[in-house]
Amino acid sequence: MGKLYDELIKDYRVKEGLKTCINCGTCTAICPAAEFYRYDPRKIVDTVQSKDEAEIEKLLKSDVIWYCGECMSCVTRCPRKNAPGLVIMALRNLSAKLGYFTCSEKGRQLLPLTRILTGNILNYGYCVYPDTFKWEDHVESGPVWKWHTEHLKDNFERLGANFKGEGPGVLRKIPQESLDELKSIFDVTGGTERIEAVEKYSEQKAGELGMDIDEYCRMTFEKISPGHFNSEE
Amino acid sequence: MIYQGKQKIWADYQKEIPDDKWFYVRSCIRQNFFPGAERMFLEICRNVLGKDFYEAANHTTCGGIAYHCDTIPQETVMTIVARQFALMTEAGYENYVASCITSFGNYLEILETWHEFPELETRIRELLWKACRREFKKPKYIAHASDLIYKYRNEIAEKAKFRLINRQTGEPLKVVEHIGCHYSKMFPSKGVGGAEYPYVLCGMIESWGGSVIDYPERRHCCGYGFRQYHVKANRGYSLSNTHKKFESMEPYHPDMIITNCPGCPYFLDRWQYVIAEMEGKTYGQNGYGIPVFTYEEVAGLVLGYDPWDLGLQLHQVAVEPLLDKIGIEYSPEDKYKGLNRKDIMRPELPGVLKCC
Ligand code: SF4
Ligand code: SF4
Repeated sequence: MGKLYDELIKDYRVKEGLKTCINCGTCTAICPAAEFYRYDPRKIVDTVQSKDEAEIEKLLKSDVIWYCGECMSCVTRCPRKNAPGLVIMALRNLSAKLGYFTCSEKGRQLLPLTRILTGNILNYGYCVYPDTFKWEDHVESGPVWKWHTEHLKDNFERLGANFKGEGPGVLRKIPQESLDELKSIFDVTGGTERIEAVEKYSEQKAGELGMDIDEYCRMTFEKISPGHFNSEE
Repeated sequence: MIYQGKQKIWADYQKEIPDDKWFYVRSCIRQNFFPGAERMFLEICRNVLGKDFYEAANHTTCGGIAYHCDTIPQETVMTIVARQFALMTEAGYENYVASCITSFGNYLEILETWHEFPELETRIRELLWKACRREFKKPKYIAHASDLIYKYRNEIAEKAKFRLINRQTGEPLKVVEHIGCHYSKMFPSKGVGGAEYPYVLCGMIESWGGSVIDYPERRHCCGYGFRQYHVKANRGYSLSNTHKKFESMEPYHPDMIITNCPGCPYFLDRWQYVIAEMEGKTYGQNGYGIPVFTYEEVAGLVLGYDPWDLGLQLHQVAVEPLLDKIGIEYSPEDKYKGLNRKDIMRPELPGVLKCC
């Protein structure tokens, strides 16, 4: 058994999500990502169970593991009680840890995701927060959201929210002591280390590309190269 | 006859939901996009039905979205959740209700993993103690907030001012229900009706007078996909999944959509706007979209609350065609007003999708 496989089976999501795959392809048939992307969860599960180090490394460095939407539709349907979605989470986790995510376009998106989501948790105590969900980055949220973001205080007041207020309620201010607790949790559980690893490997990649890290972050958030979709020639 | 058969199977999937005394935790997405829905939930449970729902001001996100965007390790999300359980324990509650499907799935996954690997639970207890000096008991029962509205659906129906019935024709409204993947696809036994016949929203619809549409892509994902939405470059994934659902439900002419998960109504609402602007196609009548609601919003409507107090003005798809069908009165000029009818302008109108 090789190193990467050994790492993977330490992950509880692989312990739980990979029994024996019979390659039936049911997961791929139900998978919304497989319909859209050039993506086949059956192959991923099979590659992991093959224990082929070179193939696993290729997978960890590829776009493929980043196509899944983690909907877990596959979990209900697998006749062998595998959870391809969980196996993919473990692969992504290892790819992040080893810095392999910077080898693929979809993997590189881990930088903006990490900045947005862990930033929101540590700064505000929420995964999604009005101050950082900008209309300019979300034009699909429509003119109503543009108007809403221009009148946040009034709209939240109108709807009885407690936006940035003390005490309980919708979008209340999370007390500083609680934010401090979240930071401590990140520190002792590897959350902080993960953020630092993603920043470090992304910075290296940005350097290779001759880009400033913020410019690189923006690029990874927006860029789509050809070759990801089933509908492409 | 087949329908009767299904009803029988649904009955086999019922779960015993405790009636009262809940520790309530909020949803990041619902608070941002449907702030009126959570307020309505507590209003119904506490003030209309007189139940005990406690909210601790210092609870936080469960970290579920960050976890499913692969930005935090499993131990991090588990310890954040352990802290939430500690707050419940400190407040003296045993029943835990989450306003979010991602959270609900997250809690169930964590408890299941701890059950299978007790050494991991021990480790998380140590980490929580180290980080926060807190200890916890595991909840006796975990519910999603919709489970409670489902449980109280008949009491709500008894108090209702309106029913999901077309006032002109007297026919039940045709309703699409969307459950949200993490409600029961991972742990079927934990959701009302399981993964095959999720009944949590059907129960509300039937109790409040509507009829449920069964359409081919009924159980397909809304397309959130976590990183497939949060990263701009990936949003085509999210859009194409919603598009697939709308194309599939279109021939059944739904009057409305009711959703379970906080994210799904946002996508089903906003992508209708995007499809209209991109392709000129609308799915409702006369250039409107199909109005999309959270279950709390629908409960509020049938109970007779003002649509603008529920926050329905924050939807992109106009809800007025549905209000007119039911016969709910509303003031068009108050739709976009602030507190005490303060003038705060109004949103621009979309180019194609008809809005009010
Ligand atoms: S969890 Fe991933 S692999 Fe499984 S069905 Fe959803 S998108 Fe496909
Ligand atoms: S459904 Fe299960 S057994 Fe079939 S290919 Fe997928 S993981 Fe393997």
